[in-house]
Amino acid sequence: MMAWLASHRMWKWTAGIIAVLCLSIAYAASSSAPSVGPKIVIDKTRSGDHCVEDTAFMRKNHMKLLLHQRDETVHKGIRTTKYSLKNCISCHASTKDNRVIGDDEHFCQGCHTYAAVTLDCWECHANKARPAPAAIATTLPAPAAIATTLPAPAESVEGEKK
Amino acid sequence: MSQPQNTENQSAQAVDEHRRNFIGTSAALATLTIAPGVMVYGLAHSKPADEPVSNKVRWGMLIDSSKCADGCTDCVTACFTENGISLPSTPPKETDSQWIRKVELKDMRTSRTQSLPVMCQHCEEPPCVDVCPTGASFKRADGIVLVDRHICIGCRYCMMACPYKARSFVHETLTDQNPDVPRGKGCVESCTMCVQRVDQGLNPACADACTKAGHQAILFGDLNDPNSEIAKRIASKATVQLRADLALNPGIRYEGF
Repeated sequence: MMAWLASHRMWKWTAGIIAVLCLSIAYAASSSAPSVGPKIVIDKTRSGDHCVEDTAFMRKNHMKLLLHQRDETVHKGIRTTKYSLKNCISCHASTKDNRVIGDDEHFCQGCHTYAAVTLDCWECHANKARPAPAAIATTLPAPAAIATTLPAPAESVEGEKK
Repeated sequence: MSQPQNTENQSAQAVDEHRRNFIGTSAALATLTIAPGVMVYGLAHSKPADEPVSNKVRWGMLIDSSKCADGCTDCVTACFTENGISLPSTPPKETDSQWIRKVELKDMRTSRTQSLPVMCQHCEEPPCVDVCPTGASFKRADGIVLVDRHICIGCRYCMMACPYKARSFVHETLTDQNPDVPRGKGCVESCTMCVQRVDQGLNPACADACTKAGHQAILFGDLNDPNSEIAKRIASKATVQLRADLALNPGIRYEGF
């Protein structure tokens, strides 16, 4: 008898908690919930459909690629464009002012402000794309061509460490 | 089974891309330059973008002070424009960056004056590299002496060590730099022999500007290649290195005085 009462009480509690959860979820869905993450404006007409690697890989590893490329370029004179900072800017600069920093809608600044990571590339490097976006669009390879020449992301990171 | 082969083919394509572009561009340039009868040797030093610089090459310049026109500052202007340096303020400030300067020499007995540009001498044994506490000052395999601004802490020891007073310190915040020449406050900088141009197979901006102005006082080339114009001139004419007594073996040589 006591055991039945206990389980009956537990059932009531469980039902109550579920009801409160459902209500709160319904409230959150009905009100315009603030989306999580930086609010970056990406113009696909400028950037194309693909970055030089997968988006998830780039989010996690872009700094490693840039660090590797910077040493290769400064010390060895290797000037491939795939992972170069200039290449980043040429696609990711804002269509409004051609820059990657300025306010939180700009590509680099938006994410770095959100993640609270200091961004000091632009103290020395030009943060403005040159030449004009129209000229860049014509020289960009087709997205399909980029995709076919990409090595697997994992391979390139291993190669970088060697 | 067929998938790994595909991947291999794709990576082979990716590797060949730079070389293929390079060959294509070189061929196009060669056709362009041969037609008007311009010297073709200038193209000899271009390399594929994915290839590191080699110590088989040693870049140098030969400056003929007898051809350098008095009062002409075309090389200085070209350098500042190419590298995104603001032209000296009027009146000039001691903190202005100076990668190249025109120096007037006067023989006090004969009153003969001559003028010549002086910049980083790109020493084989650079004192700036010896003293740098962080390894930011370094000499590239091809003999070009550079500052890695990522590593430079702005201590300015190299500026004191340089016997040519070739280095400058950036004192103020900069904006709108040339994309190929990153510069910023808190770092030491100096002539890079226009490394961004040399890697593309072009001549430094000062040498091109001097040729364009019709003086042809600055000759750029590979000191290690016995067939290069600069090596031939050095082998056949009397040339000097500034402060040769220091035995730094600079890559910049002068003739005409």
